[in-house]
Amino acid sequence: MKQYIRKYFYGDYGEGRNGAADISTGQAKQEWPLWEVFIRSRQGLDHKHVGSLHAADAQMAIENARDVYTRRMEGVSIWVVESKHIHASNPDEAESFYDPANDKVYRHPTFYDLPDAVKHM
Amino acid sequence: MYSPLIRYTLHLADNALIMGHRCSEWCGHGPVLEQDIALANLALDYVGTARNFYQYAAEMINAADPAQKATEDSLAYLRDAGDFYNNHIAELPNGDWAQTTLKEFFFSVYLQAVYRQLLNSADTQLAAIAEKALKEIDYHVRWSSEWVVRLGDGTEESKERLLKALDEVWLHTGELFASDDHDAQLIQENIAADLQLVYTHWRTTVEKVFEEATIAVPAPAKTAAWMGNGRKGIHTEHLGYILAEMQYLQRAYPGCEW
Repeated sequence: MKQYIRKYFYGDYGEGRNGAADISTGQAKQEWPLWEVFIRSRQGLDHKHVGSLHAADAQMAIENARDVYTRRMEGVSIWVVESKHIHASNPDEAESFYDPANDKVYRHPTFYDLPDAVKHM
Repeated sequence: MYSPLIRYTLHLADNALIMGHRCSEWCGHGPVLEQDIALANLALDYVGTARNFYQYAAEMINAADPAQKATEDSLAYLRDAGDFYNNHIAELPNGDWAQTTLKEFFFSVYLQAVYRQLLNSADTQLAAIAEKALKEIDYHVRWSSEWVVRLGDGTEESKERLLKALDEVWLHTGELFASDDHDAQLIQENIAADLQLVYTHWRTTVEKVFEEATIAVPAPAKTAAWMGNGRKGIHTEHLGYILAEMQYLQRAYPGCEW
């Protein structure tokens, strides 16, 4: 079955090929991979995750990140990593993963008597 | 008429404005969101540079004749095509993605060499504007040359499109290096960029990038009299259409603000 959805890929614009690719053939499915973007906002701070974007390769991912995420002086350094390389904990296992820490209040260093002389603790 | 320095400043401003306008035409039409934003960024870089040059030109025009009351806006919106001094390549249609990126590649490499020379211009204002613009243009060169390599050394279709774009655009690269009648004087005074030196840088860079893109560099484009010279206000038909769209509002509703 033919499916015509107007979808642009590089080179399609303004070319009079009607912009309609038959997406059922799979030809239109070659999406660029997804990348996660990490930005360091100032020297000395950690890189922080800011979002994700599509790019054909690492070089393009860094440039896209520069254009998408640092337009308002948000950063001085960019890391990108292809999303497929990130492994995440499973939300379904959240109970066994995180709940056991709930009643271990003794893991916080709050049970010491501090001398008055010690400030800023 | 304007002094050679004013004309030269307007030439630099017009180049940035017209190319900026072409880049802005992609806004909302980019092939992917990220590249759409990339082109909008390039457009904003160019328009920002154009403003700096126009403000300087307006200052000089008013100093020479206070009755003129020129502003950056009057220079951008109230001159006709024959009074624009941009190069033809800035006004060429965007075509497809290959033509857009190839055009931007040729143009930004040219501007890179021009701005580098202007850093040492005897005119400190031009030097200061060039210094700011150069950082942006260096990125334009990087961005566009990577696309040329990606398309040229990419798939069969991308290469075919790049070669087709080369056919369209190459013809107009010769005009980039055609000088204005006053260039010799301005170069003598160490104000303007020497287009001979600009060409050397341009050709070397194009050869390097094309080699990586597995594309043969054509013989230098010849300029013929019928092609005109943007530096002298003689343009392709495309500039009129750009101005019609860009200037419409100020022409129809003079002085309107929003």
